[in-house]
Amino acid sequence: MGSVVSSFGNLCGKEKKQEEERHLRANDRPFNLSYLYANNAIKTSKYNVFTFLPLNLFEQFTRLANAYFLFLLLLQLIPQVSSLSWFTTAVPLILVLSMTAVKDASDDINRHRCDRQVNNRQVNVLTDGELKKEKWMNVQVGDIVKLESNHFVTADLLLLSSSEPLNLVYVETAELDGETNLKVKQALTVTGEMGDNIEALSTFRGEVRCEPPNNRLDKFKGNLTVNGQTYGLDNDKILLRGCTLRNTEWCFGLVIFGGPDTKLMQNSGKTTFKRTSIDHLMNVLVLCIFGFLGTMCFVLAIGNAIWEVKEGSVFTAFLPREAGVNAALSSFLSFWSYVIVLNTVVPISLYVSVEIIRLGNSFYIDWDRKMYYPKNDTPAQARTTTLNEELGQIKYIFSDKTGTLTQNIMTFNKCSINGKNYGELFDFSGQRVEVTEKTQRVDFSWNQLADPNFIFHDYSLLETVKEGNPEARAFFRLLALCHTVMPEEKKEGELNYQAQSPDEGALVTAARNFGFVFRSRTPETITIMEMGRKVTCELLAVLDFNNVRKRMSVIVRSPEGKMTLYCKGADTIIYERLHPSCKKLMDVTTGHLNEYAGDGLRTLVLAYKDLEESYMDGWRQRHHEASTAMEGQEEMLNELYEEIEKDMTLLGATAVEDKLQDGVPQTIEQLAKADIKIWVLTGDKQETAENIGYSCNMLREEMKDVFIVAANTAEGVKEELQNARRKMCPEAAEEPSVIKARAGLFWLQKTETVRDEKVDGDYGLIINGHSLAFALEKDLELELLRTACMCQTVICCRVTPLQKAQVVQLVKKYKQAVTLAIGDGANDVSMIKAAHIGVGISGQEGMQAVLSSDFSFAQFRYLQRLLLVHGRWSYLRMCKFLRYFFYKNFTFTFVHFWYAFFCGFSAQTVYDEWFITLYNLMYTALPILSLCLFDQDVNDRWSFQYPQLYSPGQLNMYFSKKAFVRCMMHSCYSSLILFFIPWAAMHDTVRDDGRDIADYQSFALLAQTCLLVVVSAQLCLDTHYWTTVNQLFVWGSLATYFAVTFTMYSNGMFLIFTSVFPFIGTARNSLNQPNVWLTIFLISLLCILPVVALRFVLLQIRPTINDKVRHMVGKEVLPSPAPRRPPARRISTRQSGYAFSHSQGYGNLVTSQGFLLKRPLKGRSILFTQTDSALAENKPQQYRTITEEVEESQSSHSW
Amino acid sequence: MMASSYNAKEEDGHHPGSSNHGGTGPSSSKKPDNTAFKQQRLPAWQPILTAGTVLPAFFIIGLIFIPIGIGLYVTSNNIKEFEIDYTGVEPDSPCYICAQNFSWNSTTPCICTVNFTLQQPFENNVYMYYGLSNFYQNHRRYVKSRDDKQLNGDLNNLEDPSSDCEPYRKIGGKAVAPCGAIANSLFNDTLDLSYVESNGTLNSIDLQRKGIAWWTDKHVKFKNPAGSNLSVAFQNTVMPVNWRNPVYNLDPSDPDNNGFINEDFIVWMRTAALPTFRKLYRIIPKKSGAASTLPSGSYRLKIAYNYPVLSFDGRKRMILSTISWMGGKNPFLGIAYITVGSICFFLGIVLLIINHKYGNRSSSADIPN
Repeated sequence: MGSVVSSFGNLCGKEKKQEEERHLRANDRPFNLSYLYANNAIKTSKYNVFTFLPLNLFEQFTRLANAYFLFLLLLQLIPQVSSLSWFTTAVPLILVLSMTAVKDASDDINRHRCDRQVNNRQVNVLTDGELKKEKWMNVQVGDIVKLESNHFVTADLLLLSSSEPLNLVYVETAELDGETNLKVKQALTVTGEMGDNIEALSTFRGEVRCEPPNNRLDKFKGNLTVNGQTYGLDNDKILLRGCTLRNTEWCFGLVIFGGPDTKLMQNSGKTTFKRTSIDHLMNVLVLCIFGFLGTMCFVLAIGNAIWEVKEGSVFTAFLPREAGVNAALSSFLSFWSYVIVLNTVVPISLYVSVEIIRLGNSFYIDWDRKMYYPKNDTPAQARTTTLNEELGQIKYIFSDKTGTLTQNIMTFNKCSINGKNYGELFDFSGQRVEVTEKTQRVDFSWNQLADPNFIFHDYSLLETVKEGNPEARAFFRLLALCHTVMPEEKKEGELNYQAQSPDEGALVTAARNFGFVFRSRTPETITIMEMGRKVTCELLAVLDFNNVRKRMSVIVRSPEGKMTLYCKGADTIIYERLHPSCKKLMDVTTGHLNEYAGDGLRTLVLAYKDLEESYMDGWRQRHHEASTAMEGQEEMLNELYEEIEKDMTLLGATAVEDKLQDGVPQTIEQLAKADIKIWVLTGDKQETAENIGYSCNMLREEMKDVFIVAANTAEGVKEELQNARRKMCPEAAEEPSVIKARAGLFWLQKTETVRDEKVDGDYGLIINGHSLAFALEKDLELELLRTACMCQTVICCRVTPLQKAQVVQLVKKYKQAVTLAIGDGANDVSMIKAAHIGVGISGQEGMQAVLSSDFSFAQFRYLQRLLLVHGRWSYLRMCKFLRYFFYKNFTFTFVHFWYAFFCGFSAQTVYDEWFITLYNLMYTALPILSLCLFDQDVNDRWSFQYPQLYSPGQLNMYFSKKAFVRCMMHSCYSSLILFFIPWAAMHDTVRDDGRDIADYQSFALLAQTCLLVVVSAQLCLDTHYWTTVNQLFVWGSLATYFAVTFTMYSNGMFLIFTSVFPFIGTARNSLNQPNVWLTIFLISLLCILPVVALRFVLLQIRPTINDKVRHMVGKEVLPSPAPRRPPARRISTRQSGYAFSHSQGYGNLVTSQGFLLKRPLKGRSILFTQTDSALAENKPQQYRTITEEVEESQSSHSW
Repeated sequence: MMASSYNAKEEDGHHPGSSNHGGTGPSSSKKPDNTAFKQQRLPAWQPILTAGTVLPAFFIIGLIFIPIGIGLYVTSNNIKEFEIDYTGVEPDSPCYICAQNFSWNSTTPCICTVNFTLQQPFENNVYMYYGLSNFYQNHRRYVKSRDDKQLNGDLNNLEDPSSDCEPYRKIGGKAVAPCGAIANSLFNDTLDLSYVESNGTLNSIDLQRKGIAWWTDKHVKFKNPAGSNLSVAFQNTVMPVNWRNPVYNLDPSDPDNNGFINEDFIVWMRTAALPTFRKLYRIIPKKSGAASTLPSGSYRLKIAYNYPVLSFDGRKRMILSTISWMGGKNPFLGIAYITVGSICFFLGIVLLIINHKYGNRSSSADIPN
C-alpha cells in the first residue's frame, strides 16, 4: 500500500517536474494533500515479485552483448539458418542472465528489507491535538513530528522547538556525509517559544514557502509565515533525513520534504558512471569485430553462392535443395548461418570475465595489509570495482594539500618571544643541531596537567618562563586565553581539548605544557592554571576569526581587574595594527618569521593591548547594541573590532609545523620516477603551498627555475605563461601542436591532443587562484596546459573546488591521459569526481571525499602501492586477459573459416556442438581467470625498486589496437596450423585396423583437442607466476575436457539422449591412435615454438624494462635500499605563511549562555565530537605530536 | 626449458603483535588477514625465457623430431598401396559406357571390368577401399539429414522419422527407413576382385564384408528395430528412393549383416570430414602360411556400376592398401616431423647467434633511473 502511494507520489512528482515552489501549511493535511506531495514512504527497490522477471530481463537485454546473443538465439530458431543447435547460445546466455538475475534479485530483496524496515519505523506525530505513534511511511508533508535523542530524523524537517536552550539541537550527519562531528541547528524564536506545548503546536498554522525538492545538502531557501509575520528560513533550521539527533532530549519539527523528495533521497540518485579507457577500447574493438564478422560472413556467403552455382546445382542428386531455395537465397541464408557459427569472435563470457577479474583485483586492494593504517584502523578500500586497470595507466595526479600531503596535525615547533628565538638547538660551537628521535626532550613532569605527548626540545624556553620573564608569561597567557577551544576534563587532571582548528589546539597545548593550562570556560569566564595558580579571568568579548579579518582577539579582565585585549593573527594583518613603538621588535620578529616560513612552518603573530576601564565601558555598550541590531550587524561589529584592535603591542610569533604525512617525499619521488606528474591543487596561500612543495620534494633547490604566475589580468597571465614557456623551451612553436583525431564508438568523438614538449632540466610552476581563473578561460587554457606540462611540478594555490575540477578537465581533455585526483576534504569532491580515478584519504576532515571517491585509504603514501603495485598488476592482468581471450576465441573461430572452403560454405562447424557450448564456459574459463587473478611479472618489492616498470601502462603498451591486430594475426597463424595440419595428416589416412578415421566426427575431435591443447599451452607461456592454483586449473581444465568428452561420447549418454550426443565412440576410437597423438603433438609445437622463438629474439634484441627486471629477479637478490637522504635545509627568504584551517569560528556558541550552563548537569561529554563513535576513540588528539609508528612505515617507503 | 626462481614467503614488514596498534584490539580490528592469498604472496614458480633454457629446448626438439619423422616416413613408405580410378571419364576407360549410360531407373546393373597389375606382393591383411572425390559428405544439410534415433532402432522414429530427414522422410505417407540424404546416397557399386592366373583363369578373391565398421557403431549406435524378422520390422516403411534393395536385404549372403547394422551401410553413415575421402569396403584377410595375401601379378576388378558421380564431376576409386601401426599410407606426418625438427635445429642455431650477439643486453642492469 505504502509503496503504491509512494510510487503514485513519485509519478506525480515526475509529472510536475516543474514544481517551482513548495507551499505547505502546518497541521493542515487537506490543504497539503491538494498539492500531491510525496509522503514519507521510500522505495529504493526496483522490482516486485511480478515485475522482477520482465523488468530484469528487459534491463539485461538493453545491454548490447546480451541483446546480441538473444538475436543469435532467435536466428538459431530458424531451421534454414540454424547451423548450431539452440543450446550453444542458450546455455551461456541463460547462465549469464541467471547469474546476473540472482545478483539483482538478492540486491533487491535487501533493498526491500531495508525499505520495509525504514518505512515501518515509528515516530510520534501530532494528530488531532495529541501525539500518536505512526509509521514513517504514513507521515505527510505538513505534519509535526516529535523526535527524541538518538532518533533518526524522519524526513526533512523544519525545526520548530527543542528541549535545549536557544532552541538548539545537535545532529550527527554521519549517514548523510559521513562526518561524525556534531552539528548545531537552531530553531526560530517564534516557533521555539512553543516548546513542547502540545496545544500550541497543534494549533500552529505556520505556512511554509520554500524551494522545490533538490539535492543540495548545504542550502535551503524558504520562508515561514506565522500570524502574518514572515521569517526567513535557511539551512540552519532544517533537519535533514539521514541525520541522527544527539544530546537533545526532544525536538519538534514540521515535515517539509517527505520520502523521495528528501535531500537524502535526492542525493542517492545516479552517480556518474566512470569507465576505463580499456572499456572504451573494448567497445571500439567489439564494434570492429562486428564489422570483421560481417566481412567474414560476407566472404563466405559469396563463396557459398559460387559453390551453389558450380557444385551444389549438380550435386542435387544426393543433396537436393530445399524447395524454393536458389543459389542467391542459399548464400543469403548461409550469411546468417555463418553469423551464428562465427559468433564466438564476440564472446559473451568476455564481459562477465572482465567483471570477475576486476572484482578480484579490487578485493586485493581491500585485503592489502600494507595499505592498512593501524592508527585509525582503516584498511584501503576499493569503492568502485570497475576501474582497477586504469590505476596502472595514471599519467597525472592532482593532489590536495591539507590532510592529503600533510597530516593536518599541527605541532608547536618554534616561537619568537620579544625578539628571541626559541625552539632550535645549537651545539657548543653554535652549529644548529638536527632534531632527531633521540634528541633529549624537555621534561614537563613538574607540571601535573601537562600533555604527555607534547614534545619540545629547547630547554631555554621553559627556563625563561620559569624565571618569570614577563613577555614569555604574557605570550603563553595569550595562548591560553585567546582561542575558542572547548576543554573537557573527565577525571581530575586529564584534560582533553576540542579544537576547531588544529593550529589552535597546538597553541593551547603548548601553553598548557609551559604552565599556562587552560582548564575550563563558562560563557563569562576562562579559568587557567598559571604556573600552578588558579586564575579566573572574566571574558568580556570574543572578536571572532573570519577569513577577512584573519585574526582573533579576546578581551579579558584579570582577577586584578586589569583589562587586556589579546590578539593573534596573520603577520601582515597584525603588523598594520601595531603601535609604532614596536618597530624594532617587528624587524627582529620579521627575521624569525622568514626563517620559520623557510622551514615550511605556519606562523602566527601575537599581540596585546591594555585597555582603559572607561573606554571599555563605552565600547562594550556599543558592542551590545551592534550585536543585537537587526540590520547591518556584521558591518557594525567589524567597525568596532577595527577600532579596538589597533596600537597593539607585539609579543612575538609562533611557528606551528604542519606535519607532512609519513613518506610523502619518498612517495612523490617514486611516482616521479614512474613518470607520473603530480600537480598540487590547494586552497592554501601561495607561500604555504610553496613551502609544502619544497618540504615534500616537489620543488627542489636544484630546479632551474620556479615560475610564479600571479597576475591580475588576463593579459598579464598570458604574458607570464608565455615568458615561462619561452624560457623553458625557446625553440618551441608559438602555436601548440594539436593532434586532431577521432575516437570512441563509431568515431563520433573528436579529440584534440596537445603533444608533449621536450624540455631540458626541471622547472616548477606556481600559479595562484586568481591567475588560474584567467588561465582557464577558453583562449588561455592551451597556453596554461603547454606551460604547465613542460614543468616537473605544478602547484596551484588558492583554488576553489570548481577550479580544481576545471584543471582536471583541462588535462583530461587535451592530454588524453589518465588522471587521478586525491584529496580528503569536501572541497576535493569536485575534482575527485572529475578525474578518471578519484582517491579519498579517509583522514580527519570528514568523509565526503571518501564517499565520492573510487578508492580510499588513510595515508598518502599508500598511493604508490595502489599505483605501482596494484594498478600495475591490474593493468597487466587485464591486458593479458584481453590479449589471451581474443586470441583463444579468434583461433577457435578462424578454424571454421578455413573449413568453410572444404564443406561447400555450408556453415558446417568444425567442432562438436557441445564443445562449442562449453569451450568458453568450462574448458578455458578457469585457467585464464586464475592467470588474471594471480599473475605478477615481478613482486611488489621489485615494483617499488623500479618504478619505471609503470611506464608501459601509461603508454598503453600492453593492450591497444596494435596489440589487438597482432593478436588477430597470431590467431590467424594458429588457426591455419590447427586446420591444415589435421587436414593433411588425416585426409587419406585410416586407423591401425584399417577402419575409418577421416570421418567428420574424428576430425572434429582431433581439431578441438588440438585447439584446447594449443590454447592451454599458450596460456602457460603467458603465465609468469605459476601458483598451485594455476597448475590446478590448467591441468584440471584439460582433465575436465577429456572427462566430459569421454562421458558425452559414451554409450550410456547416447542411449539416453540419442539425438543429442551423436558422437558416440569417437573419443575411444580416435584417441587410441598413435597418429592422432602425433598430430596433436606436432600442432602444439608448431603453434608454440614460433611464439617462443619470437619472444626470445625480442628479449635478446629489444628487451623491455620488464624483461630486464625479470631477468634480474631471476638471478639477483633485491638490492638493499639506498640510505635515505636527509632533507636539505632550505635557506630561504620567503614570506611567512599563515593559514587557519577553519572558517568562521565558534565564538558565538562559546559565549552563548544556556549552552554552557546546562552542560555539566547533563553530563554531556563534548560538543564537537561524539565520543561513542569508533572513529573518535581511535582518533588521536589532533594536536599532539605523535611519534609515527615506525614498523608500518618501514615496509612501504624505506628506500 | 625455463629457469625458475622460487618466490619464498616474504616478510611483509608486519609483526604479529602490530594489530594492536589500532587501539580497538585485535578482535574488532579491520586489519586484513595476513594470508599468502590475500597478500598476493602465494608461493609461485616464475619461469623466464633465458638462453640457457630456450636454446637447448630447440635443439632437443630438433633432435627428437627428426628421428621420429624418419621413422614415420619409412613406415609410411613401407606401406603398399594401389589405387585405381574407375569413374570412366576418359572414353578409353572400361567404365566409360556405364558412366555415360547411367540411369536411375535401370534395373540391371551395368558391369565393367578393370584389369590391373600389382608390381609388388601385398602382405598381411589387405584393405580394400572405395574412394570418392568432390563428394560433399560434410555439407551441413547433408550431415544433418539423418535420424540417429531411427538408426538406433527406435520404433517411433522408425515410422515417424525426424524432420531432419527432409526431403527423404516419407514417401507416399510411409516412412523411409533409413531416412535422410546420407542413407539415400549409400554407395552401391559392388566391387569384385579376381586374381588372373598366368594361364588366364580367374581366381576370385575372398572379400570379407564384416569387421569394417567401428565396434561402437555396430553395437551401440546402430540397432535394428525390435522383432525377430527384419522384413516384418520394416514392413511399414519404404526404402530410400535411390536404393535397389530394401534395408533388410542389403547383404543377401549374411542375414546378420542386414538392416541398420549392415556394415557397408554403417561405414557410409559415418560421414567424411572432407569432400575427398575413402571408405573401407572389404578386407582381404591374410593367408595362412608364407603366401602373400595378394601376390604380384594381374588382377581383374569387376564393378557393378550403380553409383553416378560424373554429374557433379566426382571421381570413384578403388584402393588396395596394407596398413601399419600408424594406419594407412600417409607420408605427410613423417615429412612434417622431419621439417619441423630441422627448422627447430636451424632456429636453435639462429637463436644461438642472436644470443651471442645481443645476449648481454637483457642481462646488463642498465635500467635507466
